[in-house]
Amino acid sequence: MSDPVLEVRNLRVEFPTRHGILTAVDDISLSIGRGEILGVVGESGAGKSMTGMAILGLLEPPGRIAGGEIRLSGDRIDSLDERQMQAIRGRRIGAIFQDPLTSLNPLFRVGDQLVETIRLHSDLSRGAARARAIALMKEVGIPAVEERIDNYPHQFSGGMRQRIVIALALSAEPELIIADEPTTALDVSIQAQITALLKRLCRDRGTAVMLVTHDMGVIAETADRVAVMYAGRLAELGPVDEVVRRPQHPYTSGLMGSIPSLRREVDELQMIPGAMPRLGAIPTGCAFNPRCAHAGPKCRREVPRVAGNDPSGNGAACWLALEGETA
Amino acid sequence: MLAFLIKRTANAVFVMLAVALLAFVIFRFFGDPVEMMVNEQATQADRAELRERLGLNDSFATQYLRFVTNAVQGDFGISYRNQQDVMVLIGDRFPATFELVLVATAISLVVGIPLGVITAVHRNSRLANLLQLGSIVGVSLPSFVVGIMLILAFSVSLGWLPAFGRGETVDIGWWSTGLLTPSGRQALVLPAISLSTFQITLVMRLVRAEMLEVLRSDYVKFARARGVPAPRLHWVHALRNCLMPVITLTGMQIGNLIAFALVTETVFQWPGMGLLFIQAVTFVDIPVMAAYLMLVSFIFVLLNTLVDIAYAWVDPRLRDDTAKAGGANG
Repeated sequence: MSDPVLEVRNLRVEFPTRHGILTAVDDISLSIGRGEILGVVGESGAGKSMTGMAILGLLEPPGRIAGGEIRLSGDRIDSLDERQMQAIRGRRIGAIFQDPLTSLNPLFRVGDQLVETIRLHSDLSRGAARARAIALMKEVGIPAVEERIDNYPHQFSGGMRQRIVIALALSAEPELIIADEPTTALDVSIQAQITALLKRLCRDRGTAVMLVTHDMGVIAETADRVAVMYAGRLAELGPVDEVVRRPQHPYTSGLMGSIPSLRREVDELQMIPGAMPRLGAIPTGCAFNPRCAHAGPKCRREVPRVAGNDPSGNGAACWLALEGETA
Repeated sequence: MLAFLIKRTANAVFVMLAVALLAFVIFRFFGDPVEMMVNEQATQADRAELRERLGLNDSFATQYLRFVTNAVQGDFGISYRNQQDVMVLIGDRFPATFELVLVATAISLVVGIPLGVITAVHRNSRLANLLQLGSIVGVSLPSFVVGIMLILAFSVSLGWLPAFGRGETVDIGWWSTGLLTPSGRQALVLPAISLSTFQITLVMRLVRAEMLEVLRSDYVKFARARGVPAPRLHWVHALRNCLMPVITLTGMQIGNLIAFALVTETVFQWPGMGLLFIQAVTFVDIPVMAAYLMLVSFIFVLLNTLVDIAYAWVDPRLRDDTAKAGGANG
């Protein structure tokens, strides 16, 4: 297999605070190939958005990458300075954020924001960039583009705005797109349209996508592989079908059990007892052990890692799955 | 837009009528105009005759109506002190104040906005902290102290710039401008700086506070993710979103400066309205005071309207003609 588009090895993100250093992302390794969609799922505070921001080089200070490496098509990008990173953002890595209502600058016409982005990353003239903006808006499904290109963001609905955000993310034909909760702020009926659109556009272009969401349903529909995160660590990594059908990590199976199904009649949804620990109070050993029904002495002693911490690997960070015992 | 303008104008007229009532009450009932106008040897009959001639025996409403009618035509009567038409007096003085205020406002924006952006973008840096500290000094220094220090430094010690007066002026119609002659421009420098010191710090602190807010917003973060370079991000995307309160402040401050430039005008012996007003107060020159009150209110009302129009210019969401084009969901 050729170089993956994105390869993250042993990434650590830390936030120095008054109460000591908090580790928001702890030793994460993952990779995404060309045209592949990797879903990253987890609860709020599990570190999934933080991982995306670290890859984009947009961590809010004092947050910082404290270890590991990030490679984009083989080039190391975690050690670049702000200026070099600027040249990569938008051009080689596109981003889609959660709230389309606030992602666009309210005082600039959407066409101008598109033209600005296109011209930042190419030598196109104003006219050519505008033609390209129109083509992009058509491609993401905006009706009557010629009339609407000079409208302001507030004149579009949420779903339309997210389409424009997608057009912006794709405008320089990036290798990778980081989509951070792209459908969370939208109506359910529109969520499906937007995920389908994103999937189609990225498949057509061979763009790799990191789809960050807390919605297992979106992942199951859209992603090829999934990374489950818990308390800043990777709990499980693998092909979507496998992880959904045969979750190996007790946390993943808990997650799957808590999804309501239309097909099966369920009296009561399963619930994982307890709550995810705060970053300052992560237990020793496996972060999930206080909530795990199978936890043994080893779980309380040593941190399990997904098999060999191989970015393209499969498996669960669970002693039970790794060694078949928790002694 | 037309409906908006009509509504604004109706508001403005109402406000001006209320102010006119106030000015009229001051004019008519604070002190007796007849006492002010006649000399000490006048007989009781002279006074009664003057009272009748001035229409002071008419009803309150008739007098008010007459005052408003005259005011609309720019007739505020004769100054008690100078025995000159009040409007002519003010017309002589207004350009001086207006030019001073305009230049001071321009300085405060040109200096204050960039300082605000810099202190917000590089917060916690040594430069930003220094500027913040300096701005506290700037806010707390009274403008007459600044003025006197400027005179001391640049007029007395260095002898670079004149310490008082307006220099040579050129008349364009009834407007006399000092901006077209070298001496007029030189004379403007020190008073404009001293008047703008406080404004600069005000604008800077306001822009800084707004910028800190805007820099945290999603669209700034998303613009960074699109690869917008930092200078463009700060000076175009973020700054434009900070301008609303700056426009409001500037509008109000222009009004304030015109009304209260008198301290600076006194220090620099600037022949503006402030000086005229001080003299009017000293001599209880009520027609001048009433006209001054009306003029300043008119400027405030006008600025308020302009500020509202500027809002719509900066923020497309406030233009009513764009509101109708909402898109379909999806």
